Amino acid sequence: MPKTRITLPDGIDHISILDETGRLDAALEPKIDPEVLRRLYRVMLLARRFDERLLSLQRQGRIGTFPPIAGQEAAHLGAAAVLKPDDWMVPAFREMAADIWRGRPLDSIIVYNNGFSEGGRVPADRNDMPIAIPVGSQILHAVGIAWGMKYRNTRQVAMAFFGDGATSQGDFHEGLNYAGVFELPVVFVCQNNGWAISIPRTRQTRSATLAQKAHAYGIAGVQVDGNDILAVYAAADEAVARARTGGGPTLIECVTYRMAVHTTADDPKRYRSEEEVESWRRRDPLARFQGYLAAKGLLGEADVRAEEESVAAEIQAAVDRAEEQMKQMGDPRLMFEHAYAEMPPYLREQREEFVRSLETSEEAADA
Amino acid sequence: MPKMTMVQALNLALLQEMEKDDSVIVLGEDVGVDGGVFRVTDGLIAKFGERRVVDTPLAESAIAGVSIGMAVYGLKPVCEMQFDGFSYYAMHQLENHAARLRWRSQGRYHVPMVLRAPYGGGVRALEHHSESREAYWAHMPGIKMVIPSGPRNARALLVSAIRDPDPVVFYEPKALYRAFREEVPEEEETIPLGQPQRVREGGDITLIAYGAMLRPALEAAAELKQKDGVEADVIDLLTISPLDDELLAASARKTGRVVIVHEAPRSFGPGAEIVARLVEKSFFHLEAPVARVTGYDVVIPLFSREKHYLPGAPRIVQAARQVLSA
Repeated sequence: MPKTRITLPDGIDHISILDETGRLDAALEPKIDPEVLRRLYRVMLLARRFDERLLSLQRQGRIGTFPPIAGQEAAHLGAAAVLKPDDWMVPAFREMAADIWRGRPLDSIIVYNNGFSEGGRVPADRNDMPIAIPVGSQILHAVGIAWGMKYRNTRQVAMAFFGDGATSQGDFHEGLNYAGVFELPVVFVCQNNGWAISIPRTRQTRSATLAQKAHAYGIAGVQVDGNDILAVYAAADEAVARARTGGGPTLIECVTYRMAVHTTADDPKRYRSEEEVESWRRRDPLARFQGYLAAKGLLGEADVRAEEESVAAEIQAAVDRAEEQMKQMGDPRLMFEHAYAEMPPYLREQREEFVRSLETSEEAADA
Repeated sequence: MPKMTMVQALNLALLQEMEKDDSVIVLGEDVGVDGGVFRVTDGLIAKFGERRVVDTPLAESAIAGVSIGMAVYGLKPVCEMQFDGFSYYAMHQLENHAARLRWRSQGRYHVPMVLRAPYGGGVRALEHHSESREAYWAHMPGIKMVIPSGPRNARALLVSAIRDPDPVVFYEPKALYRAFREEVPEEEETIPLGQPQRVREGGDITLIAYGAMLRPALEAAAELKQKDGVEADVIDLLTISPLDDELLAASARKTGRVVIVHEAPRSFGPGAEIVARLVEKSFFHLEAPVARVTGYDVVIPLFSREKHYLPGAPRIVQAARQVLSA
């Protein structure tokens, strides 16, 4: 038997459309309605400023631990922007700009991050999953949701988000494998921000790219500049169109960077250099997009000032609203809700026991 | 009424629910063409096609995880873990997501999935094929844990599990798959989840068992009657969680003497929870310490020694006599 060579897909496309110096590859530039471009800018700006405000609220002790998104806005917003409202978004936990784009109220984000489960409620008009914290586990849910879409022939698409660390998990492999085998309408968006807390991307895999892992599952894969919203949008648009028309799943690797802490409990100085952070500051997705819109004549200096004022007011109103709502949210009895469709007898007993202990301690406090 | 094995009865439940509701789909390893390694899903692919009866790649976490996604989307997946020992791969998906999505989404989503798995000893199998770890699932708030003890209740409970709006882990006592036949009605029959059943009436001692341990408990009850003139109240749990203690406590108050039987390891097992509930609800009626006849806190031995590990009627009778003489 002679040794033969099996031909396999080779190489991965890397897409960059708008680089950090403002140069535009006009041939690849996606055709996005100016109105949509302006809305994308507004949401990106709103998410950036809201992220800053959350950080300040956290430092003041007015909310708890949360994972900032700064630097990654384009990587997830650009992808979610191509979804239709009845498509499903399956987030990890660092997709706030996409969440806002999809209609999540800002006040619910504050409420959730201040320890109230009420903030996790997904509005009835949004087909999105709540955040998933165990890394990579949500990938399988997106696959199952996409399976339901294919089963019901609805032409919807599911989009899963996760980070570079998730690609080391079994659920990542299993999810992409299933999606490939069953040709499901799902798009996998990996926000490769270089760091899984302190573990660098090179410690997650010896592969040159994360996108090439798609080859192993027989699905499409592409790497994009994740700080270039046009590149992310273009890649996601193609992937969603493929999924919607029965062409199966795609893995999109968005190369981006987490400018801030992993969560507010993290100190990145322990594991990465200021020079590295600085080099990414020059690739800021917001500044780049702003420059693009200005060059297109869609955004003047006065518009930027007006948008800044408008998002500041929106954020302040959300903070006020959230703080008002949280005054009404103290009822600890609600921890017994939503365990099952119907509360089992022993849980009812535990709740009664809890209420009695509450009353006893209140009486003691009054005495 | 046709007489059926548990395998046939479970198959009937799946067949009828799939006919009735096209959101019910079956997925797992070898459940399609092969009909499941125990043949529980036999014939379903011929009837419903591979769109609804899906042979999956070999990955238990994915089987559970995609079932969660399907269920959130509105399907009713009935997924199979080929053996109990492999269901641990699925555990993190159930603990982290199936059990919590109702809570995490504050009622927006729920996860009406069933995870079936054969459990327990008695089939001369390899390691990992004879485990009885129902306590793991019963310890997860948000999950329901169901174990039938015969063909008829297996069918009725599986129908209830499929229709239940919450995630159900359904352990099938593999030793009973073909051990005996029962009459199973063709027409629909359900048993509400969360309700134990009294299967033998007696006033002298309470025997609490479930799954494959119900029959040894009933044999023990027969022997106690014959040799000791003792009438045992025998209760079949059927649902391990949510555990309804009403009937258990009432029986304990009546007899004052209780023996709990399960093949799961003793420590932190279902028996421990039942003892605690009985102490809370019937302590002053107890005439003797509650006894547990269980598997030991070791890896279940390979089959040459398995019979020494699994509780049988003689151990139950022995424990009952001790409780009766205390």
